[in-house]
Amino acid sequence: MRDALLAEAEAVLEEWVRARGEAPSAETVEGFRLLALHRQGARGVPSFNACRETCREIAYHYNLLAARDEKAEYRERMMAMLVEHLKLFVRGKLEVEGLGEFCCSSRPVRNEETEKRLHG
Amino acid sequence: MSKYQKVAYYPGCALEGTAHAYDRSTKAVGKALGLELEEVKDWNCCGAMEVKNVERKLQTYLSSRVLSIAANQMDHKVVMAPCNGCYHNLKHAEHDLAHDAGSREAVARISMKAGHETYQAGQVETIHALDWIKHGVGEEELKRRVKNSLKGLKVANYYGCMYTRPRNIFPEKDQGPGSESSTKPHFMDDLLAAAGAENVDFPLKTACCGGAHTLSDSDTSTKLVLNILRAAEAAGADVIATECPTCHSGLEMHQVRAEKVLGQKTNVKMLYFTQLLGVALGLSPRKVGVHENVSDGVEILREKNIA
Repeated sequence: MRDALLAEAEAVLEEWVRARGEAPSAETVEGFRLLALHRQGARGVPSFNACRETCREIAYHYNLLAARDEKAEYRERMMAMLVEHLKLFVRGKLEVEGLGEFCCSSRPVRNEETEKRLHG
Repeated sequence: MSKYQKVAYYPGCALEGTAHAYDRSTKAVGKALGLELEEVKDWNCCGAMEVKNVERKLQTYLSSRVLSIAANQMDHKVVMAPCNGCYHNLKHAEHDLAHDAGSREAVARISMKAGHETYQAGQVETIHALDWIKHGVGEEELKRRVKNSLKGLKVANYYGCMYTRPRNIFPEKDQGPGSESSTKPHFMDDLLAAAGAENVDFPLKTACCGGAHTLSDSDTSTKLVLNILRAAEAAGADVIATECPTCHSGLEMHQVRAEKVLGQKTNVKMLYFTQLLGVALGLSPRKVGVHENVSDGVEILREKNIA
């Protein structure tokens, strides 16, 4: 599960990097490609650092999960929430910067479900 | 006497409006702890997001005017700003004036035109309300003064994004023991633990609350907040302690919106850390403005025999 979550987080940042016309980095920072992708994505966009600690927490939880201790289930849940936060943040940034929506699956949530709840 | 005993107080616009309870509780806690505040005379906007995004140097000037009044007209050495946005902007101005000749020139030119003394980098130290209580009083003294322990109250401490970013404008952080961490801030955790609260392990303590997206993309803000609220609940928190008026109102408003728009209800309550400290110091919830919050924290305080 932790590998799938980490891969999901990397995919989110790859999307951001590609949307800015760059090729996603294959390098690692402190052993994590996620942190290298964040560094790449924040270049020239200081406000992107607002997700720096989220990325670091994802990496931290990935390491914690390796311990497989009694809190593993809780940590996995937290890691999933951190990845969800990263997704939401990057999606917001893509829209605000006019680079498109994060993924087509976010479209129905925004345009249909929300509108329906708002206006019936 | 500590240099934090009496400081210039810069409330900023939020604390006069939506965050009035933060203003009220900050003043009440200061008084209860024997700390003094003197409000900066004729203060102006710090430049907030609006000015900063249009003209950075103008924001630097606006913040510098506040610092100039505190230093040159009121003879203060320390300015305390409880709002993360104001704190961030004053620190940013300090940094730019120390490192950028263009900013110094712009600030000198506008200050002369406005008819007041130009602020020079280093004349005052800008601190947050957390620094003020942490360094002005400290945990040991705070523990000694607690009349109404927060024991049994589980708290997720939420710092938001502007309290620690960007790192280069906060040279005093990350300086080892006793200093604040920019990656894992802990001053609020330390103070509330001293007041008896049980801090939960909360990995989203500096995550974005969507404050900047609130008007342009409310749905994303609501989902970001909902994720923070759910994570706090999953961590077992009864309360999210805040120290930023923008984050606080964002969490409160989007909690309501998440239920209304997305049908997702969360029960965790939001309280300013100064409200929690005030109650721990024996002040009534009303005295620290708990009734002014959108999120009703009185019930949980009563449930835990704190109020």
